Amino acid sequence: MPGVRIDKNYCKGCELCVRACPMQILKMSKDINLKGYFYATLAEPSKCIGCQICAITCPDVAIEVHTHGTQFVLFEY
Amino acid sequence: MAKKLMKGNEAIGEAAICAGALNYFAYPITPQSEVAEYLCWRLPEVGGAFVQAESEVAVGNMLFGAACSGKRVFTTSSSPGISLMQEAISYMSGAHLPVVLINIMRGGPGLGGILPAQSDYFQATKGGGHGDYHVLVLAPASVQEAVDLTILAFDLADKYRTPVMLIGDAMIGQMMESVEFPEKHREQNDPNASDWALNGAKDRKSRIIKSLYLDPNQLDENSFKLADTYDVIGEKEIRYELYNISEKNRLLVTSYGTMSRIIQTAIDEIGEEEGISVGLLRPITLYPFPEQPIYDEAIKPNIEKVLSIEMSVGQMVEDVERCVRGKKPVEFSGRTGGIVPTPDDVKGYFRKALGIEK
Amino acid sequence: MMLENNEDIMINDATTIFKRPESLNETVTHYCPGCTHGIIHRMVAESLDELNLRERAVGVAPVGCSVFIYNYFNCDFMEAPHGRAPALATGFKRTRPDMICFTYQGDGDLASIGMGEIVHAANRGEKITVIFVNNAIYGMTGGQMAPTTMPGQKTTTSPAGRDTSLAGYPIRMAELLASLRTPSFIARCSTQTPMHIVAAKKIIKKAFRLQKEEKCFSLVEVLSTCPTNWGITPCDATNWVAENMEPYYKLGIYKDPEREEG
Repeated sequence: MPGVRIDKNYCKGCELCVRACPMQILKMSKDINLKGYFYATLAEPSKCIGCQICAITCPDVAIEVHTHGTQFVLFEY
Repeated sequence: MAKKLMKGNEAIGEAAICAGALNYFAYPITPQSEVAEYLCWRLPEVGGAFVQAESEVAVGNMLFGAACSGKRVFTTSSSPGISLMQEAISYMSGAHLPVVLINIMRGGPGLGGILPAQSDYFQATKGGGHGDYHVLVLAPASVQEAVDLTILAFDLADKYRTPVMLIGDAMIGQMMESVEFPEKHREQNDPNASDWALNGAKDRKSRIIKSLYLDPNQLDENSFKLADTYDVIGEKEIRYELYNISEKNRLLVTSYGTMSRIIQTAIDEIGEEEGISVGLLRPITLYPFPEQPIYDEAIKPNIEKVLSIEMSVGQMVEDVERCVRGKKPVEFSGRTGGIVPTPDDVKGYFRKALGIEK
Repeated sequence: MMLENNEDIMINDATTIFKRPESLNETVTHYCPGCTHGIIHRMVAESLDELNLRERAVGVAPVGCSVFIYNYFNCDFMEAPHGRAPALATGFKRTRPDMICFTYQGDGDLASIGMGEIVHAANRGEKITVIFVNNAIYGMTGGQMAPTTMPGQKTTTSPAGRDTSLAGYPIRMAELLASLRTPSFIARCSTQTPMHIVAAKKIIKKAFRLQKEEKCFSLVEVLSTCPTNWGITPCDATNWVAENMEPYYKLGIYKDPEREEG
């Protein structure tokens, strides 16, 4: 079962991942991180398909993607 | 090794190879293009790298990149080309990189002329580029000395991790003299033996060679580190030569390079023909400048005046004046534009300085 | 299994399928939010990792927003004067042909002050890899016009918009360098959408592979955003690339030595 881990202190609140997520399950937090940015969070973890699109688009390499068991590889990266 | 009759430019190229410097980047410019014409076939023979760059701006920066490898790198150029390299020289100084630059001086400013001159003294010794730095400057007076000092230049560059400039002039570059090279060629530096060169971050932290220090404390520290290096160089590496120094000297002449050889002839002739005794102090390192030796010679009671003779409108004379500390009058004589004063001209300078009519 | 909050998402026995490449240091960068430098840095770092080049790679840093790239990469780096990176790379690579040398440059660095150096390095066919970040503006110095600024685009030195009768048209570096006779790999890609990024990664990795195989000079031009100096959000900035830059700076591979061979 796939999921992502977003390191909130790397996030600069650019929102590219929120727009990129095909499942639209990333949302900006109402809290701020150490630098004062609103950071991205995984709002509905059970819907994550592990496509890695959020991680690929994140300019700050704040997102790690992991999976458990079988994982569909949607494209080669 | 037997003596060879060689053109200065070519001898300089061969000297670099003797010193294990096999990486050369250059741009053609009169009066030193023969160096590139020689090295373009000679360097491949010894497994070296030769690149004719698109400009001297590119040359300076290729030297920068090549020097980061830890291997010995060099270029030859002439006055206008050296002007274009000032940016790179400033950066290489700030980054503590060893490199050897050879300026075969010609007339300036601007496009100037292609004949010998000594008008780049300020450019070489006062730091032609921006920032708090100097380059070590060596000035040969013969083809043999150019060979010896070229080899020394690489040793000094590696020892102090600083750019070293050798300034010759069109005469030294173009004339042919007999010259002897060391028996054996030095091996190239091993880049993996270096503790600072960029040889790949394998089993070690990555290295950065840079000159950018936005933190003023760090930039201050880097600049004073350079200044301290120059102090050490000043204590250990001053070189100069004395000619005909005696208590009979009425005049102390300072001169470097080709000009000094003409002066030696004039000194001999005027001594023999007119009984006038002139002594010569020839700086070999222009930076660090032989400040104390000049002072020590100038204050001798027999010296009436100090005369700096250069193929310029008077550049080294300012340093000589500073070193004499007002104890004796200091004057300048010389011609520029490519004019090389003859021994007769020089004898005229001596007489003028001493207030003697012929 | 319901996962509550993203702090505790690491499950036992999970396989990580995407993480920070080894060639990229664990540092927060100084780049603006949404700046595509971060994406491009990561793709370069991934390429170094995947081709096993990190330990013999030397990068040449430019002057521009990415002047501190040497703090972000875990490989040796040298810092070049503005525009001169291809000359430094030439000098280094000729002295150490066994190592991998790459430059990373912006519009001002490569297409303005460094125009001479890049054309000649490409023409000589120096076996280096050049990553050219084109965001149609000068970022670090506060948003002045670049040789790549679009006609009508407002910048601090073209407040009424780029006037082509005074400043000419933007320079298309990929096409210009592809016109040289010397074989090379010249390509243009973009960061405007995730799928564009996936395509860009393939091209960037190829550019490094070609150097590993000692084949030729490579330049990858990457259309990038500058949300801060364009004055729009990062998401809007990627749309701006799609609408305004891509039609003029067409994506594609302009020169490929492997294509010519076949």
